[in-house]
Amino acid sequence: MTESEPVPVDPDVDLHVPSERAELRPSPIPVLSAISAGGVLGALARYGLSAAWPHPADGFPWATFVINVTGCLLIGVLMVIVTEVATGRPLLRPFAGVGVLGGYTTFSTYVVDVQRAAGAGAPWVALAYLSLTLVTALPAVWCGTAVTRAAVGRRRRAEAL
Amino acid sequence: MTLLLVALGAAVGAPLRYLTDRAVQARHDSVFPWGTFAVNMAGSLLLGFLTGLPSSAAVTALLGTGFCGALTTYSTFSYETLRLAQEGARFYAVVNVVASVVAGLGAAGVGLLLAQGLS
Repeated sequence: MTESEPVPVDPDVDLHVPSERAELRPSPIPVLSAISAGGVLGALARYGLSAAWPHPADGFPWATFVINVTGCLLIGVLMVIVTEVATGRPLLRPFAGVGVLGGYTTFSTYVVDVQRAAGAGAPWVALAYLSLTLVTALPAVWCGTAVTRAAVGRRRRAEAL
Repeated sequence: MTLLLVALGAAVGAPLRYLTDRAVQARHDSVFPWGTFAVNMAGSLLLGFLTGLPSSAAVTALLGTGFCGALTTYSTFSYETLRLAQEGARFYAVVNVVASVVAGLGAAGVGLLLAQGLS
């Protein structure tokens, strides 16, 4: 991706970005393999954290909460690096963003755990988990983006001196 | 063995999210992130279905933790929501959050009911 391209809205793939639109040509194998390998690493990290930090059906799912919030922070960091710093690395976004962070974070476990807590007679835990994830994860993306952009800007200014 | 099943499920789930997202965008150019919405709903439906079946550690590892976990994503959902808000599409950002959460819970519930109806 070059610096003149638009910043994608969808970090997995945004067909409005010409280089992403063309990235499966001539062969889709490099991009799909990078996504697959990254997805395995991310999912294993999620599995490890969840196994180390189990929760009862009526308890707060701290492992998934931490996974989703840290994954959101890191996608913010990564997308600044992908679009502003490491622009000549076509497999970085597929591997680290689509693969690792996509495989690490999960939406399905989030909604199923909300439902499970509500079903186990802990509606307040369900509601707290539902809303706390949203109000932490969304600012985490912003935070990751803002901090990385500031660091990149500082480095560029230092280099320009 | 469990690690291998999780890895196998994720090796398929992650590229399937990417390919689905591309296919949805190619057919439906819209400000609203339908591609991510579609994979998150499909994964929530399947995981809800799996939780309603008699539990099997191997199936949970392969299809639940591995496949559904990698097919669905919270990082993409959050990043898109932020970018929509930054691009001035605040309404779509709010709709994305509300619709994803409400429809995701609904999909998981439908999956659970389907499994209970079958077993």
